[in-house]
Amino acid sequence: MQQPAIQVRNLRKSFSKRTGFRKRSELLAVNDVSFHVMPGETYGLLGPNGSGKSSLIRILSTLLIADSGYVRLLDFTLPKQADEVRRIIGRVSVDAAFYKKLSARENLLYTALLYGQNAREAEKRVLRILDQLGMEDAKFSTPLEEMSRGMQQKISIARALMINPPLLLLDEPTTGLDPKSRRDVQSFLEDLQSREGTTILLTTHDMAEAERLCVRIGFLAHGKLVAEGTAAELMRRSGARTLDDAFITLTGEELEDEEEVSTDYADCSV
Amino acid sequence: MEATLRQTWAFMFRGYHITRRYIGWVIVFNFYALVTSASVTLIGVAENKPQLTLTLLIGALLWNYLSRLYEEISMSIAYERWEGTLEYTFMAPVSRAVHLLGVSLYSLLNSIVTSVIVLVGLMLFTNLNLRGANLPGVLVVLAVSTVAFVGLGLFAAVFPVMSPERGAEATHIFQGSLLLVSGVYYSVETLPRWLQPLSVFSPATYTLSACRKLFGAGSADSTAEHLAGAPLSAVSHELLVLALMGAIILPLGLFVFMRVEAWAKKTGKLKRTG
Repeated sequence: MQQPAIQVRNLRKSFSKRTGFRKRSELLAVNDVSFHVMPGETYGLLGPNGSGKSSLIRILSTLLIADSGYVRLLDFTLPKQADEVRRIIGRVSVDAAFYKKLSARENLLYTALLYGQNAREAEKRVLRILDQLGMEDAKFSTPLEEMSRGMQQKISIARALMINPPLLLLDEPTTGLDPKSRRDVQSFLEDLQSREGTTILLTTHDMAEAERLCVRIGFLAHGKLVAEGTAAELMRRSGARTLDDAFITLTGEELEDEEEVSTDYADCSV
Repeated sequence: MEATLRQTWAFMFRGYHITRRYIGWVIVFNFYALVTSASVTLIGVAENKPQLTLTLLIGALLWNYLSRLYEEISMSIAYERWEGTLEYTFMAPVSRAVHLLGVSLYSLLNSIVTSVIVLVGLMLFTNLNLRGANLPGVLVVLAVSTVAFVGLGLFAAVFPVMSPERGAEATHIFQGSLLLVSGVYYSVETLPRWLQPLSVFSPATYTLSACRKLFGAGSADSTAEHLAGAPLSAVSHELLVLALMGAIILPLGLFVFMRVEAWAKKTGKLKRTG
């Protein structure tokens, strides 16, 4: 039987927040979450801001250490084999973090060197990826600060893919993009999945995106995975006609309502 | 091995391109370093005291080198915080030793460039002739001091990991304290008695003491035209202390940095940018 590419069991992560003089409160960001992603599968985690999606991705990216639980990515467990895990993952976060004064080329060559790659070969690979993402070569030498949010996000995707990772962790990669850029990114991910068989864990707010890209979807609310299945299964189980309605029925929450909660919640992680 | 060399080069590549893009600011900082050093050294010229001028020149030169080295290393993490790239650096399969080695090498290059600019500039403002100074000996002392200062830079680099807002401020407080207790422009005996014991713990105290001897500052035989620099053997005590400090501070700095990184990953402190 085939082993899952990503296996998460009983994962738990809480953050402590100062609430007054010598007073602290605990906030549970990830609450006993278990799921798995099979090799070549695109798995979607759907939830409002503050539901624990980013914390989960950050644990899998070795940037956050869980309080308890079991995490395995391919043959490596976290946090013990974090060095090995770093070699097999690519991550795209909602904010495209770059040296904004540097050009796309300089930023990407820096990443290639950081991963011990040959810069010239990496450059060829990146140009191919950017071409597939619908980006002109001329933009390659443009400083990131002069690029639109959509273009920056495409560079961010190229950065994650240039190391050719078998696992891709995408944390709201299309949030804030214009419809054209969003469609470019989605088509690219579909193509990548079918061509390379890359295993993708995708977090999003966007129900249509989840339905289009993901084989299976998990609904996250208040750090808990409350439901899981294919889009059709989730709609059937909830008796809803759309994935949006299924989310509301199964979690008892609306995505928009959570936006405000998210700001406070994000602050608690510090 | 090839991959490790590339990873080390990555930080120098990044540093070079950031310097290139901020070249205007680099020129401003170096200009500022030169004029502040000249302003201090001119106090000796105004008093017409070559020994005082030499002491101030050595202080300005060494402080520019050591503080620049310390600041570049410690602030490299703060810059990454501000750009939001720290998570990506920490997510790359690069050991922290290689990461900090790459950062330190580029910082060293920067410090050498600033020091050369300051030295050449100061020679235009004073009538001192450095002939007779033991310059090879000074380079040996600087090389040994560099290890300890890189270690201090690593220590200070943990502050921006702990807090993006307060971290950079803390590194400057630490730097200012070193300037005060190390006797950069004066003998440490000038400090209030309660502050003097702290000078023992600063590597800069020994660097300055050794370099003053090697330049011939304080020597009755030194004149403005010809300095009477001491031989390297005269500073063996300082060299030994600096080597010991380097051997302790550098690995300790790396260890502390790694512990703080692990703490930041447990508490979620890496997430925020400044």
